[in-house]
Amino acid sequence: MTFNEKYIALKTIVIREVLRFTRIWIQTVLPPVITTALYFIIFGNLIGSQIGDMGGFRYMDYIVPGLIMMAVITNSYANVVSSFYGSKFQHNIEEMLVSPTPNYLIVSGFVMGGLARGITVGIAVTLISLFFSDLQIHNLWVAGSVVVLTSILFALAGLINGVYAKSFDDISIIPTFVLTPLTYLGGIFYSIDMLPAFWQNASLVNPILYMVNAFRFGILGVSDISLWSSYAIILGFIAALFIFSLYLLNKGHGIRT
Amino acid sequence: MTMTTALSLRQLKKTYANGFTALRGIDLDVQKGDFFALLGPNGAGKSTAIGIITSLVNKSSGSVTVFGHDLDTDLTAAKSCLGLVPQEFNFNVFEPVVEIVVNQAGYYGIPRDEAFKRAEEFLKQLGLWEKRREMARNLSGGMKRRLMIARALVHRPPLLILDEPTAGVDIEIRRSMWEFLRRINAAGTTIILTTHYLEEAENLCRNIAIIDAGQIIENTSMKQLLNKLQLETFVLDLRAPVASCPDIPGYTLRCLDETTLEADISRDCSINQLFSVLTAQGVEVLSMRNKTNRLEQLFMHMVDANGHRATVPA
Repeated sequence: MTFNEKYIALKTIVIREVLRFTRIWIQTVLPPVITTALYFIIFGNLIGSQIGDMGGFRYMDYIVPGLIMMAVITNSYANVVSSFYGSKFQHNIEEMLVSPTPNYLIVSGFVMGGLARGITVGIAVTLISLFFSDLQIHNLWVAGSVVVLTSILFALAGLINGVYAKSFDDISIIPTFVLTPLTYLGGIFYSIDMLPAFWQNASLVNPILYMVNAFRFGILGVSDISLWSSYAIILGFIAALFIFSLYLLNKGHGIRT
Repeated sequence: MTMTTALSLRQLKKTYANGFTALRGIDLDVQKGDFFALLGPNGAGKSTAIGIITSLVNKSSGSVTVFGHDLDTDLTAAKSCLGLVPQEFNFNVFEPVVEIVVNQAGYYGIPRDEAFKRAEEFLKQLGLWEKRREMARNLSGGMKRRLMIARALVHRPPLLILDEPTAGVDIEIRRSMWEFLRRINAAGTTIILTTHYLEEAENLCRNIAIIDAGQIIENTSMKQLLNKLQLETFVLDLRAPVASCPDIPGYTLRCLDETTLEADISRDCSINQLFSVLTAQGVEVLSMRNKTNRLEQLFMHMVDANGHRATVPA
């Protein structure tokens, strides 16, 4: 395939993925927006007013970056895992496998679909947050790059889950038992400075902590973690997950006999 | 293999992880422009072979070459030459018909404007243009089959592989699909067909391979294969009832009812002679038909002789 043909193949997968989640926006975009709005109302407005300031900011303002990041993470992941497993389940993944589209473009196409949904939901949640907080962006480039890279990372993770999944149960196990606990413990609702020393150190093995804090730095200008450590962790995970995804597709794991 | 070879399989073997050997080293050549039948009973290895050719199944050993492009060393070029209509529906049933075809073109690097033009061309030819905005799940079984053919053709592959393309399709649509396939074959597309409808293979294909238990047991032209049939059974409809079954030396006749005879006619006897004797005896034949499809008779015989009872739906 020429460069232009590869570009067309990639664009086709991305368009297909974007149409997939926008066609069912009531299932894909609306629920996280409603859920996050409830977080703002309950944790920010009702409970947050009792908590006071955190990290020098109103509690509501403090949790906004974390809640945006949580929506981006869960939606990027959910989009790719459900789309890839759905394609496997209906066997329409074979449409791509019989074509000359290289595997790295298949991985990239699905990931860009996940990125599109993550960013769409992230923007929607950000707009909702404007009703509850006076959102100021400290560093647009940091905020933007962290959210994009994090979305890519979890889209890749979703793809790997989709490759291994053998039933619809398998696509909800990781989000329920791994992703959600790590997200909640990743400093969305609190600063790890509040934790005892042991739990502060334990929190450092949670990669989501780095992403939430890097994004919080981009929005508020405060972070529990060094920005460069966060970038290194995110980029390291992206490289590892991309190589592993490609290996699985090249090997045909779960998709070729 | 020559420049005119569309597909070449050499010592193709496949043993699945559970130890089942589906292919035991098959050799096969399909010439460019051919309409080729790959037949065999269920579980014979047809779909495994097709899966390997289309890169959906990993081979254990052997080689596959598509228009001179080796699957191991020139996979992209080989894939570009292939179009596949699989046995099972394998499109996203929640996508509109036209999107399924356009997206498939995109995976082959065809620009979207051109893809829409081609989608229109093939969907119109296959009678699906009116349904282009319908979700694929709302199509009938026959329409879904035709959608898979349109999808397989959108990148204009020189080799089209059809794995039971008319399964579950009513006779009217099946015959219209035959006409369509004849047209694209006449236009230069090489076609490999697997089917359980042996009448379909006999009508459409010029060459044939029969695969059984992972081995090719016959590979010849349809004409030569049918010439091997030593005995044909015909059903004769009579104008008037006969009191008893006529006794004609050299022919085996059976009365199915008062106005229907069944006649076994070997290749060294002529049908003309049978009619002459029947006319002389005052028996008038209104019409005549083969009791079973000729290829079906041969197929059953060959597969039985290979030690496996064939399972061929009527």
